[in-house]
Amino acid sequence: MRWFWIDKFIEFESGKQARSIKNVSLSEEHLHDHFPGFPVMPCSLIMEGMAQTGGILLGESHKFKYLVFLAKVPKFKSHRPVRPGDQLIYTATLTDAREEGGMTSVVAHCGDELVAEAEIVFAHVTEEDAGIPKGVNQKNVVEVGLAGVLAESGINE
Amino acid sequence: MADQEEVFEKIREVLEDALGVDEDEVTPEATLIGDLGAESIDFLDIVFRLEKAFDIKIPRGELFPENLASADSGFVVDGKVTETGIAEMREKMPHADIDSFAKDPAVTNVQNLFTVDMICKFVGSKLDG
Repeated sequence: MRWFWIDKFIEFESGKQARSIKNVSLSEEHLHDHFPGFPVMPCSLIMEGMAQTGGILLGESHKFKYLVFLAKVPKFKSHRPVRPGDQLIYTATLTDAREEGGMTSVVAHCGDELVAEAEIVFAHVTEEDAGIPKGVNQKNVVEVGLAGVLAESGINE
Repeated sequence: MADQEEVFEKIREVLEDALGVDEDEVTPEATLIGDLGAESIDFLDIVFRLEKAFDIKIPRGELFPENLASADSGFVVDGKVTETGIAEMREKMPHADIDSFAKDPAVTNVQNLFTVDMICKFVGSKLDG
């Protein structure tokens, strides 16, 4: 499994706002355990999709100079269960970006309906602090995993 | 001069949101780490919220100085902050109660300098320019 919880970006305004899509599918294996006979997308994964949208927005605002780590979720509210067949649209707004990290406010909609909202704080860390090998960073993820979809959507980085 | 009561009330709200604490827990003398359960990442969250609540800019390390009392700061001997270290703290943290700290300058007591009152004084001085 690849840890991508967004399928593509549909809007990307550098340093301000990004919108992405996640199509929820019954082929996702975890949905059959969560819950048997009543598949619901786990809120933790909705949060992850929100964090990926907001984290890439923050990372790009510094030209991916920093490693962006999800540090804290001060607020998360779910308004209704998200089920297979739903298309989530995450809208992340960068509310603060500075040398040490940043903060985003993210909402998730299905159509016009608000299904979840969150505030997410990110910290900038070094590769050493993060304990990960050199060269693995968010830019790679964007280039390898998401650049294709960004290009496909006709959105320039 | 900034209205101290108003400043305190806003800071109380900031800390309630950032730390998930109850209103009555936020007293002027409460320590952020010991009493309110703040962790290192919460400091960044608090700084973001203070900037927004008071429309001020807080440069990195100004409210919560980094590495003042870490092992490689050169200010710590035998688990205690040295005289030079204490002088440095007075300069970097003018809003903290360094006098009380100086009576028992154990490194473990450094975290007690970060109190609600310290934030109030810091914000007050920012607002007064």
